[in-house]
Amino acid sequence: MKTRTIKVDYLARVEGEGALQIKIDGDRLEELHLRIFEPPRFFEALLRGRAFTEAPDITARICGICPVAYQMSSIHAMERLCGVAVDPIMRSMRRLLYCGEWIESHALHIYCLHAPDFLGYESAVHLAKDHPEWVKRGLALKKVGNSLMALLGGREIHPINVRVGGFYRMPSASELRAMKGPLTEALAMAEETALWVAGLPFPDLERDYTFVCLSHPDEYPMNRGRLISNRELDLDVADYETRFREEHLSHSTSLYSRLDGEHYLVGPLARVNLCFDRLSPRARRMAEKIGFAPTCTNPFKSIIARALEVIHVCEESCAIIDGYVPPEAPYHVCNPVAGQGFACTEAPRGILYHRYAVDGEGLIQEAKIVPPTSQNQGVIEADLRDLVRRNLALPDDRLQWLCEQAIRNYDPCISCSTHFLDMKVERS
Amino acid sequence: MSEPAKRPSLAVWKFASCDGCQLSLLDCEDELLAVAGAVDIAHFLEASREVKPGPYDLSLVEGSITTPHDAERIRFVRAQSRFLVTIGACATSGGVQALRNFADVDEYLSIVYAHPEYIQTLATSTPIADHVKVDFELRGCPIDKRQLLEVITAFLHGARPRLPAESVCMSCKRRGNPCIMVLRGEPCLGPLTHEGCGALCPTYNRACYGCFGPKPFPNTGSFTDWCLGRGSLTRPEAVRLFRTFNANAPAFETESRRHEDQNDQS
Repeated sequence: MKTRTIKVDYLARVEGEGALQIKIDGDRLEELHLRIFEPPRFFEALLRGRAFTEAPDITARICGICPVAYQMSSIHAMERLCGVAVDPIMRSMRRLLYCGEWIESHALHIYCLHAPDFLGYESAVHLAKDHPEWVKRGLALKKVGNSLMALLGGREIHPINVRVGGFYRMPSASELRAMKGPLTEALAMAEETALWVAGLPFPDLERDYTFVCLSHPDEYPMNRGRLISNRELDLDVADYETRFREEHLSHSTSLYSRLDGEHYLVGPLARVNLCFDRLSPRARRMAEKIGFAPTCTNPFKSIIARALEVIHVCEESCAIIDGYVPPEAPYHVCNPVAGQGFACTEAPRGILYHRYAVDGEGLIQEAKIVPPTSQNQGVIEADLRDLVRRNLALPDDRLQWLCEQAIRNYDPCISCSTHFLDMKVERS
Repeated sequence: MSEPAKRPSLAVWKFASCDGCQLSLLDCEDELLAVAGAVDIAHFLEASREVKPGPYDLSLVEGSITTPHDAERIRFVRAQSRFLVTIGACATSGGVQALRNFADVDEYLSIVYAHPEYIQTLATSTPIADHVKVDFELRGCPIDKRQLLEVITAFLHGARPRLPAESVCMSCKRRGNPCIMVLRGEPCLGPLTHEGCGALCPTYNRACYGCFGPKPFPNTGSFTDWCLGRGSLTRPEAVRLFRTFNANAPAFETESRRHEDQNDQS
């Protein structure tokens, strides 16, 4: 039998730069590597010596797609360090800002990055030529998320209005109320989205995953709670590094985050599966309507989990706005304390862990950041191996596209180059 | 034989960056499909797996040069591009990753990576214009999407983009914001910073932190000495203030080094 090699030099429709190499010997998968060659940007090193108050703005620049996630994890870590607990209104405003990012990021991924795969289009622009109404709906939904971020954060990418202790400026009640109309429309579009994605053709793949997410009794996972899994994990975030380790494998130049030495999955599929009962009423009703029930183990159906989460955050955003009373001050004063601060929040793509050591002057001595995509990298490769073995009969171009689609199940954000190592780029 | 009029082709390229500036194009929700109708999106990996061969009429370049491979790749991009426009602080000044320029990159490597020997990196992060000819630079961390549309529109009409090179203070005044420096005595980089955001931070009660980089001929020395004299800034804070997302922009770099040197002497 002939040896065949499939090489994707630049993965498309992912954030950042990655490549995939598959070597097949006859009917045997010989080698499969997902390579991340995002140039290293050294965030953990350049944070040293910076003021603790600078971490939210600096770490936001790790990722232009989910800057709020980086701002939230760093802010929660610093407030934990300073011993400051923000009041409920401020907490809900942060959640609202995060909801904006989830809507924007999920709508972008569903419509522009992922759905075209299921339908056989190269991009959303190609899809729009045949089905403009679908793409327009996706962009309109995305725009509502961006408007929420622009109102609360000042702008959509790298928001300027958040700080350790709260915000620089709180929105007025009328500014927030003005978002109710667009959010109500977004909720309707999100429901149409869920119906639409539920009807996509799903490749056949069921996998035995360890799902990991935050869990809090009162709310859908986002910015507080304990770390749980479907395999008896129940951990305080303070103990994250006792169970989660990043490993540098000898055959690879990438860092893989492992839970007790094993791969695990973070992101929408983990959250919906583990915290289904905390989804909003309309999100749960929709799940029932389209026949989506936990535990879903087909990674391609993460697009449905994402759509259900958009319904949830639209509904929750409306509830937050209804309950809003502007606080007396936009922020709590936070004075630096020497010590360690850590936090985990749910980025659209999954848990994002930050830990900082800060000195008595408030200067950062050490920083550790574990982005969601480095945590999913192990399962992405495992999915691909399984998928390739099952589909060896496919011609190269179809197998390649199927693999790309499987990588995009995780909405990988490779720009999170805090840890993504550059590898020696193979030159051909 | 004459061919039917072709739409100009657009390519988007990424170097060391966060992807935020190219996302700005996808964030033009109301205009995206119109843009896609006016230009032929020939190479835009974040959005499409279809890659058409060059040359390209307009290339938008995001990110800075930080690896030997990228230093080669930008020459290829230039050779394939009729017009090359850099988008964002990374591409126009080196970005936040240019903080390595003030440090020892080997030390950075050993802090972040278990096996530094696997990493290929340059000691510096440099803007695109240090490597190839650039036809227009669009500033900001991130860029402003309205400015991006202005650049694309101007290109389609064969015109220069109409983007003022004034300071943030000018739009701040036009918006009627109370001055942060006057009212609160806080060091606000507005007087030194290139306009483009519409004075966003002061509008949100926050001092400008200079994410659009220096305006032409900023009076950095006078600004910092004034703040130091009033006690609203210490020298280490002054160094950090100029060393964020445009640390390698010459005006900001010179000013931060001036205060670092004086730190060492004191």
